Amino acid sequence: MYFDSVEAALSMAGHGGYVWSAYAISLLVVALILLAPRRRQRKLLRRLAGEQKRRQQGHTAMEEGI
Amino acid sequence: MWSFFHKLGSPPWLYRIAGTILRWLLPITLVALCVGMTWGLLYTAPDFRQGNSYRIIYIHVPAAVVALAGYYVMALAGAVSLIWKMKMADVAMKACAPIGAALTFIALVTGAIWGKPTWGTWWVWDARITSMLILLFLYLGVVALYEAYDNKEAAGKACAVLSLVGMVNIPIIYKSVDWWYSLHQPASIKFTGDSTIDPSMLYPLLLMIAAFYAVFTCCLLMNMRAEILEREARTNWVKKLALEYRT
Repeated sequence: MYFDSVEAALSMAGHGGYVWSAYAISLLVVALILLAPRRRQRKLLRRLAGEQKRRQQGHTAMEEGI
Repeated sequence: MWSFFHKLGSPPWLYRIAGTILRWLLPITLVALCVGMTWGLLYTAPDFRQGNSYRIIYIHVPAAVVALAGYYVMALAGAVSLIWKMKMADVAMKACAPIGAALTFIALVTGAIWGKPTWGTWWVWDARITSMLILLFLYLGVVALYEAYDNKEAAGKACAVLSLVGMVNIPIIYKSVDWWYSLHQPASIKFTGDSTIDPSMLYPLLLMIAAFYAVFTCCLLMNMRAEILEREARTNWVKKLALEYRT
């Protein structure tokens, strides 16, 4: 490791604030674009499954003459 | 060869193959990203003139490089969907836009943060920076244009035309540091001739560029998968998938 201590790595001779915030913001944005499609897909599949279930229940209700 | 293109146009096949690729690519991407960031942050020596602030290069340059490469992918997909009316190319084009916007955003923000300790300013209306800002607006424009139309076929056409016209901006971004007097430094990595960067700094940078390409590819495939499911929601294979998902 280049830095001697955790403090030195955090402060980076005065540039720490810039460097760490740049990394933090980038990591956040990358996490966001990686997670967004997964959430969208999960939501859609859940909705479709729910719709199908309701339709099936509707069919059985008709068959039983209710 | 032709059967491959035929398969490429088939939504269920594309959905499945993208899933298989992601199962391998996603873990590799995350490991490369973690290793590259730690390497750049903690295991390289500081730049002799810029000190530690130069460490931002390990995200700034990869984000900018892949944001530009992503534009090629988007414009190419747009051209294919315009010329051959390939539905899956339209899906790919739409999937590129938000990722490209996010990467351009990262490049601009990290550039601003890097500029403050190095040049003493967050922002200048400099050729490179301004043309990157235009790139961000082009990406956001494609996203917004898609949402603006109710007719998705017309939306796809309009977005494809917009992304092709926006191609004009790409060589301007590349050449901006050579054509105009600029605060932004010229490229340090060159394909021809010697790079003006030390190997100990070059390797982590190359790893991060690879990692950002992988991030782009992962996001592209995941966005395409979600989009395919949404467009094919009424087909039997998606319905079956939804049922399996529940159980």
